Amino acid sequence: MAQPGVAQPGVAQPGVAQPGVTQPGASQPGPLAVAGADPGSPDGELPISLFSSHRPRLRGRAGTVASTLSTVAMIGLIVALVASNAAGPFRNGFLNLHQMWIAFVGDPSRGILSVGKGFVLNIWLSLVCEAIVLVLALGIASLRLTREPVLLPFRALAIAYTDFARGVPVILVMLWVGFGVPSLNLRGVSSQSPVVYAGFVLVFSYSAYVAEVYRAGLLSVPRAQIQAARSLGLSSRTTLYRVVLPQAVRNVLPALLNDFTSLQKDTAIVSTLGVAEAVHSAQIAGGVEFNYSGFTIASILFLLITIPLTRYTDRIMNRDRNRRLAGTTA
Amino acid sequence: MTVDRNLGDDTGRRLPESGGTDALAAVDPDAADASTDRLTAGEGDGDGLAAGDRSPVLRAAGVHKSFGALEVLKGVDLTMRPHDVVCLIGSSGSGKSTLLRCCNLLERIEGGTIELFGHDLADERVDEDLVRRHTGMVFQSFNLFPHLRVLDNVTLAPRRVLGLQRKDAEDRARGLLQRIGLGDKAQEYPDRLSRGQQQRVAIVRSLAMQPRLLLLDEVTSALDPELVAEVLDLVGELARQGMTMLIATHEMGFAREVADTVCFLEGGVIVESGPPERIFGDPTEPATRRFLQRIFDAGRL
Ligand SMILES: Nc1ncnc2c1ncn2[C@@H]1O[C@H](COP(=O)(O)OP(=O)(O)OP(=O)(O)O)[C@@H](O)[C@H]1O
Ligand SMILES: [Mg+2]
Repeated sequence: MAQPGVAQPGVAQPGVAQPGVTQPGASQPGPLAVAGADPGSPDGELPISLFSSHRPRLRGRAGTVASTLSTVAMIGLIVALVASNAAGPFRNGFLNLHQMWIAFVGDPSRGILSVGKGFVLNIWLSLVCEAIVLVLALGIASLRLTREPVLLPFRALAIAYTDFARGVPVILVMLWVGFGVPSLNLRGVSSQSPVVYAGFVLVFSYSAYVAEVYRAGLLSVPRAQIQAARSLGLSSRTTLYRVVLPQAVRNVLPALLNDFTSLQKDTAIVSTLGVAEAVHSAQIAGGVEFNYSGFTIASILFLLITIPLTRYTDRIMNRDRNRRLAGTTA
Repeated sequence: MTVDRNLGDDTGRRLPESGGTDALAAVDPDAADASTDRLTAGEGDGDGLAAGDRSPVLRAAGVHKSFGALEVLKGVDLTMRPHDVVCLIGSSGSGKSTLLRCCNLLERIEGGTIELFGHDLADERVDEDLVRRHTGMVFQSFNLFPHLRVLDNVTLAPRRVLGLQRKDAEDRARGLLQRIGLGDKAQEYPDRLSRGQQQRVAIVRSLAMQPRLLLLDEVTSALDPELVAEVLDLVGELARQGMTMLIATHEMGFAREVADTVCFLEGGVIVESGPPERIFGDPTEPATRRFLQRIFDAGRL
């Protein structure tokens, strides 16, 4: 805000030789007093310019045109690259529509399994595993947080388990269980189908991750919330289920969804056990046809699930951030 | 499986039986009467408790409490009878909150005794959930449940602890909310309310359990000045309706107005207590004088 008698950088000051020097004896009314006066006001005050000297960023229609043009240019570039002669082998080996179709529907007469059917198994496996993981991980997280003396050894066990399961590559556990356990010849355990082993391994690994997410969520609920609930006479159990857990889950929902997306992708590791899911089927198709477009279709199928999931996760994350930034904390 | 971090073990503890007017057994779920003008249910002047029954609601004797090496309470004595309104004053860190929290077993004491409704809280058989069911507590920072609508905040404990049907609990809650002028906020989430409104909802949430004793811990300290009055008005109304209340407060004017007894807490003991006229008008202890002088100099009296 301009003040009477104070030199304004960038604004012509009548009667002031050097900008930045205070005008002595400010006798005439300053800008505050002449707000709204016409440019030719008698005191000679010039109008303040609000126009930027830089080229303004394109807005409105011009902005839309600009972004459309740059998008078209980028797509054109990609198409040109793919369509160029140099990309021919790539096009044929990875993006062959006919091969994609063969891999997708399968061809039993030549031993090609359907990637589409296989992918249904991926989805089933991820859903069943996620359901089990969500329950199991909560138990593990609760164990890690408990102070009950009786449960202390279990707490130590829970810590050891989460350290181990998060520290070892999933594929290693998959090979270990998938090939090791059948070789043990244990009655009832060693004769399960590979899908069961695969499911067990995914649950084993992901329960550890999700337990840590839960734990962070449980710890994010202020102690005052627990004390308020207990002060009303709610039991510790009711407090957990009605007060703490809903807030905890809400606080870590993006992380839970992230882990679910990962689990969905990691069902592909099941292919190492020879289960006829999408990736294994694509491998077979690739081997029979000497063409890898089957992998492309498998990727597309995964993306069809994971991209909406990640978009949704981002949306929830933004919603939470906006709520926090709005100052409406718990 | 619990995430109970500091409330200790609550298995198998029950309040011991005792004859006569056992306050802990006197919960009346049918007392949800939304039509009356009262905020407190059950006992009033003359009804509920026998008129002559002035046996203490709370009796603290020689209460000691330390946090590590820091001894916060060093022998506190305090007796409250039905309908008493006692205000705890004292400088920050003098242990007002700690004393309140010992009364509903959010903290355990190391020495002395606290009796609630005639039961020694140190008794093995005392169930802390039962203690809290009959003892409301309102916090400086409200601590409403942010994931629940206002109505569900108020009905959660009556439904889960008292076993009220949803409809009965909601009738009771709506009645209380209407009485404090927040009937139209029942379906809002707490973060849509002003802080003054949130604190009044927190008070109503406690009242819905029809407590025999209400513990208020600086319920206006987190409020902007213009919101303080609406909360103090509500507490004042509760006092007039005969609610037994132990109030930690920095609002001296309010304490003078509403308290039957003012207790000045310093150095871990109650240095001086008495009717507000005497404590604020003619305190005998030098420590009390110094404290009040400081408050006065700060322009808060
Ligand atoms: N859980 C705890 N662990 C360790 N120290 C604590 C704990 N709770 C309170 N204290 C300490 O005990 C002392 C008394 O605290 P208390 O909250 O009871 O004071 P207060 O009178 O309520 O103060 P205020 O007016 O600021 O609320 C303080 O020095 C505080 O730091
Ligand atoms: Mg306090």
